[in-house]
Amino acid sequence: MHEMNQLTTFWFWVIGGVKVLAVFTVVMLVVAYMTLAERRVSAFIQDRLGPNRVGPFGLLQPIADGLKNIIKEETMPGTSAKLYFVLGPALAIMPAVVTFAVIPFAAPLPTPVGTVDMIVADVPIGILYILALSSLAVYGIVLAGWASNNKYAFLGGLRASAQMISYEVALGLSVIAVLLLAGNVTLTEMVWQQQQLGLWFVFPLSLAFIFFVISALAETNRLPFDMPEAESELITGYHTEYSAIKFSMFFIAEYSHVLTASALMATLFFGGWDIPVWTGDDMFWHEGALIRGFDDAGAPIAATPSVLITLLTLGAFCTKTAFFVFLYIWIRWTLPRFRYDQVMHLGWKVLLPAALGYIVLIAGTMLVLDQLGVPFGLLYGLVLTGVSGVTTIAFFFFIDRDRVIAGAHGMGAVARRREASRALLARRAAANPDGSVS
Amino acid sequence: MAISVKVMRRPEAGRTSYMRATLKGMSLTFKHLLRVKKVTLEYPEDQPDLHPRWRGTHRMEVHADGRPKCVACGLCPTVCPANCIRLVGGEDDQGNRYPIVYEIDEFRCIFCGMCQEVCPVEAIHVGQHFENAEYTRDRFVYDLDRLMEQDHPTTLLWDPSDPRSE
Repeated sequence: MHEMNQLTTFWFWVIGGVKVLAVFTVVMLVVAYMTLAERRVSAFIQDRLGPNRVGPFGLLQPIADGLKNIIKEETMPGTSAKLYFVLGPALAIMPAVVTFAVIPFAAPLPTPVGTVDMIVADVPIGILYILALSSLAVYGIVLAGWASNNKYAFLGGLRASAQMISYEVALGLSVIAVLLLAGNVTLTEMVWQQQQLGLWFVFPLSLAFIFFVISALAETNRLPFDMPEAESELITGYHTEYSAIKFSMFFIAEYSHVLTASALMATLFFGGWDIPVWTGDDMFWHEGALIRGFDDAGAPIAATPSVLITLLTLGAFCTKTAFFVFLYIWIRWTLPRFRYDQVMHLGWKVLLPAALGYIVLIAGTMLVLDQLGVPFGLLYGLVLTGVSGVTTIAFFFFIDRDRVIAGAHGMGAVARRREASRALLARRAAANPDGSVS
Repeated sequence: MAISVKVMRRPEAGRTSYMRATLKGMSLTFKHLLRVKKVTLEYPEDQPDLHPRWRGTHRMEVHADGRPKCVACGLCPTVCPANCIRLVGGEDDQGNRYPIVYEIDEFRCIFCGMCQEVCPVEAIHVGQHFENAEYTRDRFVYDLDRLMEQDHPTTLLWDPSDPRSE
């Protein structure tokens, strides 16, 4: 059995540095390949093939793109505010890159010098750090939009800030439901609580998950909420005036946001690196010792970290994240862009009150369960799943009831047909005043 | 009221739900994602099937002894709407007319195929060929030798009894 001790200060710094470098490199690589995935998936959805010429299956395409963007000429609009114009992309990319630091991506790894947590920085503020920093990204966008001295860029920046404010609320409220259930803000503890509950939070908090996905789409400025860069209205919005590597930086920022949001969905609602059903991978630092759980008497059971478990859990985490990245791309290439008033309507008038009500409901249910003395476990989770399931169905029934939208063309046709049949009836009534049927 | 104002009937934002339409769209795009048959033609490897009446690069038909079939009658430069054919005719000892200079500017040509239609000896043709990129502009003026070298299939003339060439 491995020695399960925490790292000494020296090794903490060394391994910390290695983790920072490794995670940064991997995130940048994944972001590069997400651009390829985006192009390939969109091509396949549209019955095309997509870029498949540079390297096998087009695998070297991101490198070619990156090289091209580095070599290209950088334009600087003569009327722009130079300092802020340069600062914009830097401010946009910085929060996007650092948010991944607090997401745990695998079970702790045993090494000769101690057990290493597979997370760059297990800071006690966890999700709050992500919320705080990811909102900073909008400063980059607004600054870029304003400094470009271009009306489209400026409108893009304005839209970005309005949208960010609107959906930050819904995002925060959907996270609060998770915080209520997890009882803590660190993401490692959230994974642990999901392992303890025996259920991923997506089941007991199904509606919160749906709200989180919708707001995360809006927060990352992805279609159907890409108002800041709506091509058909604003050219490309805030980065209209940017070229070469500065444009690339906005691109990298957007995709890192997508990656972080996907990883966050996986961590908050799908158990993070947890492998479903199997409890052998459950691991958590409890009072200085790595434990797997508690026995019936409440005494901690020691965990057995191993390289295999770390690799398996890393695989689980990557699979879940990859699924959400795919979901992002899939949604983008399916749905058209929302109209601006519809975006605001959905954010303020639907998601905000619904998320608030949902929190009250979840908190109430948890209060009742705690008062009844139901232990935090499968039964607790199943009761919440039932309540959430009913709420989710009720929510969708309510918003979908009698409010199906068809294409404007189809609606015109329906209206015309209705008009025609009404006219026909009127004519029949006029020709046959006594109402008898011949 | 303006002549062509089309009022679109749209429900206001508060009365719309996109749930069913969204789910329908998602399933549709997923089906297309999994579809094996794609419309992309991987061009340099796979060549497109050109229609028999595709009008592309010209070619000049040649007699068995290597002389061009052209009799320098001057119909093609006359009929050419883009004025891209330059023809200087000559006559040999037996009184046969032949082209001394015959040039077609492929840049000016609009590939209408009228030169082929008007030619009394079926000498000049437009062909089923489109890959005529060059490094310099002057290479696009095809002289007689170049036109005689072309070996791609010639274009089928329009047949009034078979208007869709079926």
